[in-house]
Amino acid sequence: MALEVAFWILAVMSVVAALAVVLLKDIFRAALFLIFGFFTVAGIYATLNADFLAVVQVLVYVGAVGILLIFAIMVTRETQYGSLFNRQHMFAMFFAAILLAAMIYTMTQTDWAGLGAVAHPPAEALPSGEGTTKDIGKALFDKNGFILPVLIAGVMLLAAVLGGIVIMSDKDKK
Amino acid sequence: MSSIGLEHYLVLSSILFCIGIYGVLSKRNAVVILMCIEIMLNAVNIALVAFSKYLDLIHGQVFVVFVLVVAAAEATVGLAIIMAIYRSRRSVDPDEIDEMKG
Repeated sequence: MALEVAFWILAVMSVVAALAVVLLKDIFRAALFLIFGFFTVAGIYATLNADFLAVVQVLVYVGAVGILLIFAIMVTRETQYGSLFNRQHMFAMFFAAILLAAMIYTMTQTDWAGLGAVAHPPAEALPSGEGTTKDIGKALFDKNGFILPVLIAGVMLLAAVLGGIVIMSDKDKK
Repeated sequence: MSSIGLEHYLVLSSILFCIGIYGVLSKRNAVVILMCIEIMLNAVNIALVAFSKYLDLIHGQVFVVFVLVVAAAEATVGLAIIMAIYRSRRSVDPDEIDEMKG
């Protein structure tokens, strides 16, 4: 029961935050609503028993991506123009509405139980009190797990950091 | 028992994804477009975590970790490109950056 209430509150807040990001004219307020939306998504992870991901969501999205976006807004100084719509925004709304209708139809009509989804996951599906961190760690670093993608992700992060520095460095300055 | 099923999370994920698509297609500020891409990535993550719980597989959450890594890298490089373009053109409007238009 408490989980239901939490889900509905978090779902409504995340949708409102996402709409505010798109519709607000003030870019800085849009960025703050985006960070608020990241928090609500972390709460939704918590309702799905994904404790590790809820913490990582706050660390990576709120801590890193949010600060990066606010710095980008500060440096580009576009706040006086605000975040405007372009010429094709009616078409974009039409397209998004059609896509939303198609996606909701697909999501609700597909027989997920036939794929092995359980309607009510047992509370003891995960070892009580241990959380998911151990399982994620095992899946990531096991010999038969995702150890190669982990290494590639590390190389990609290094490439992204180097690329960011190279792209942003001022070549004209001597 | 809780009446929140897999469909609730998937519909929430669809709504967030479509709001993100609407923003990506209709905004005139590249920073806001990047913010909308982050909303779309979050929507996909919600769907992955929901499947992870309702199929009782941990792999969905492992994929979310990789999506987080890609999102962080994408935000870094994307914002660096936006700042480089702003420095040379004094604008972050994607409609004005159209030299490569055929």
